[in-house]
Amino acid sequence: MNRQTETENRRQGFVQAGLAVIDCDLHNRLPSLEMLYPYLPDYWCDYCEESGFPGPDANDYPSGVPLSIRPGLTLPSENRPASDLALLRGHALDVWDVEYGILTCAYRVQSVHNEDLAAALASAVNDWQIEHWLDREPRLRGSLIVPSQNPALAAREIERLGGHPGFVQVMLPARSQAPYGNRRYHPIYAAAVRHQLVVGIHYGGAPGLPPTSVGWPSTYLEEYVGMAQVFQAQVLSLVSEGAFDQFPDLRVVLIETGVTWMPSLMWRFDKEWRGLRGLTPWVKQPPSAYIRQHVRMTLQPIDAPPTAAELLQIVGQLDSEDLLMFSTDYPHWCFDSAEEAFPAGLPTSLARRILAENAREFYPKLR
Amino acid sequence: MVETRTLEEPKRQKLPIIDCDVHNTLASERVLYPYLSKRWRRHHEMVGTPDRVGAYIPRAHLYGARYDAWPPSGQRPGSELDFLREQLLDAWHIEYGILNCLTPVCEMPNLAYAAAFARAVNDWQIENWLEPEPRLRASIIVACDDAAFATAEIERLANHPGFVQVLLLARTMEPLGRRKYWQMYETAAKHNLPIGIHFTGVGAGPITAVGRPSHYIEDHGGMTQAFQTQVTSLVCEGVFEHFPMLRVVLIEGGFAWLPPLMWRLDRAWKKLREEVPDVKRLPSAYIREHFWITTQPIEEPPKQEYFHQLLAQLDVDEKLMFATDYPHWDFDSPAHALPKSLAPALKQKIMAENARAFYRF
Repeated sequence: MNRQTETENRRQGFVQAGLAVIDCDLHNRLPSLEMLYPYLPDYWCDYCEESGFPGPDANDYPSGVPLSIRPGLTLPSENRPASDLALLRGHALDVWDVEYGILTCAYRVQSVHNEDLAAALASAVNDWQIEHWLDREPRLRGSLIVPSQNPALAAREIERLGGHPGFVQVMLPARSQAPYGNRRYHPIYAAAVRHQLVVGIHYGGAPGLPPTSVGWPSTYLEEYVGMAQVFQAQVLSLVSEGAFDQFPDLRVVLIETGVTWMPSLMWRFDKEWRGLRGLTPWVKQPPSAYIRQHVRMTLQPIDAPPTAAELLQIVGQLDSEDLLMFSTDYPHWCFDSAEEAFPAGLPTSLARRILAENAREFYPKLR
Repeated sequence: MVETRTLEEPKRQKLPIIDCDVHNTLASERVLYPYLSKRWRRHHEMVGTPDRVGAYIPRAHLYGARYDAWPPSGQRPGSELDFLREQLLDAWHIEYGILNCLTPVCEMPNLAYAAAFARAVNDWQIENWLEPEPRLRASIIVACDDAAFATAEIERLANHPGFVQVLLLARTMEPLGRRKYWQMYETAAKHNLPIGIHFTGVGAGPITAVGRPSHYIEDHGGMTQAFQTQVTSLVCEGVFEHFPMLRVVLIEGGFAWLPPLMWRLDRAWKKLREEVPDVKRLPSAYIREHFWITTQPIEEPPKQEYFHQLLAQLDVDEKLMFATDYPHWDFDSPAHALPKSLAPALKQKIMAENARAFYRF
């Protein structure tokens, strides 16, 4: 059986078995700032027009970078990837038997240091998501964009829309001005928990700090690869600061992290905790226990090792069937054909959990 | 292994041991006065060595030291050769110990002072450590943020038989692949001196990419982030294409993070290689060829099976080198650090033979 037939059969097998899929990372993209004008007060429209402000952009996915769009996704020339619902249906929702697709709009209001403007843009993009995506496609769910650099304003936005049935999580960019365990973020977590929202920490961001712990790298390649370390810093912080003790219902999804570093982080973190836990006595369990209880990871990009056997080792080292949740990271280039979105060779029971059950259990509003 | 608070009863080791990470410490910076010019002594008397004010996270142990590593005199752990001999070299029958003297020279804003300080530390090492104790070798301390100063110091000492590598710290002002560091690499490679990158440092900014953490466990446990960034930078900037003889040893950084980093780097490079035309091979190929790794703090996965999976994924049996990190609190005991299930031939390589080949003893 050639490889293509095999992957196609695998996909068909899941579909025929009635294994609905929850895709936890689908990008919807604002085509232009002008799209937000109907949702922005006149003051901010004038402010943007007069200053020539093009809208926030962290340059997380430069348009010329091959990673930014999967080869073979055909787009009408006027469309940018992920900016069109019909295309997203054809490229993602209809390819698999998608029961729910969670939109992860990477609109980086955190890069706007005028916090009132950031808050206005966040509200506008959320209203735009409701009208242009959530109201039009019942399979889609959304992520709330919040001005997380000002947690009080972010909490206000969560209070405004957290009860909307279409929003299932609050989105925070991986890069931030302070680590997410810092108690300044507690208003965000309190509001998220109150509204049964998951906190999704997503690849990218532009807080104004270097993207590494040792300064600015020279290339996009380094920044892309280094994002895994940014996530590692956030996980260390959330556990060490006791965020999960303060908010026992807090649920965090790491989105687009690469998956394979997680066992090594858990080993290192548990060892450090055994030696140093006297300094953080509120961390009562080994860090890996908090991670397994409160943290999930989306599947793509999986950063898989060269062999399927090694991937199975890594999945085994997670010591849990609960941690991974299916995602395609549409439209980014994580795999060459949609059929390869799911790795081969996983036991069926685990595949079932990854494809939908883990997400259904983890997102309160998907139950 | 975690610290043992009473002196362990050492067992006679059948295998030779080379300890690739031993810390000699300045009892006080004033011990450098005989090696500093009048101008820099006066500088020290006036302003001292500026610390990174506002970056302080209290550690779990004073100076990060084992409680039993304080000499009877009460001087700082690692500051007295006799006590280090007794507690480490003699007790464990160490054949060679590599000294990594940790100083803030790569964090000092005043680069000329940093260069004078580095030079003084090196002269102090020769007189107080290398000359009296033939089992010890040392690392050349350099003010790495000025290429001319760093190069001159390497040239000055490269032919001294006691110095076996150039020492940098993991958290630097800029990623270590950047061109400002290339002249230093060229000089080190010319003299066959490896570059050692050792745990610690505060760099130029916050110690994480997401600002300042609050607790020592984030500082100490987060150091692997800096190591990952440095490996990524050195490979992506094409350093090993430009200096094919350059060898790098990662000291006290752990190594379970390395296979996943290689996988992520390889996959991203395949898609983005046009951005880095100087990187001609798979990043993992450069890593397996140019990087050596010390074992402390040893990886402790919950099952020994995972440790063996890790070694197979790493695929660098010739490049793992044992270290204790004496006198620090997370000391790895030569008797207990490596898993019991390790094959004897591999254990022998890790305990001494890989280091013997690497440092050309």
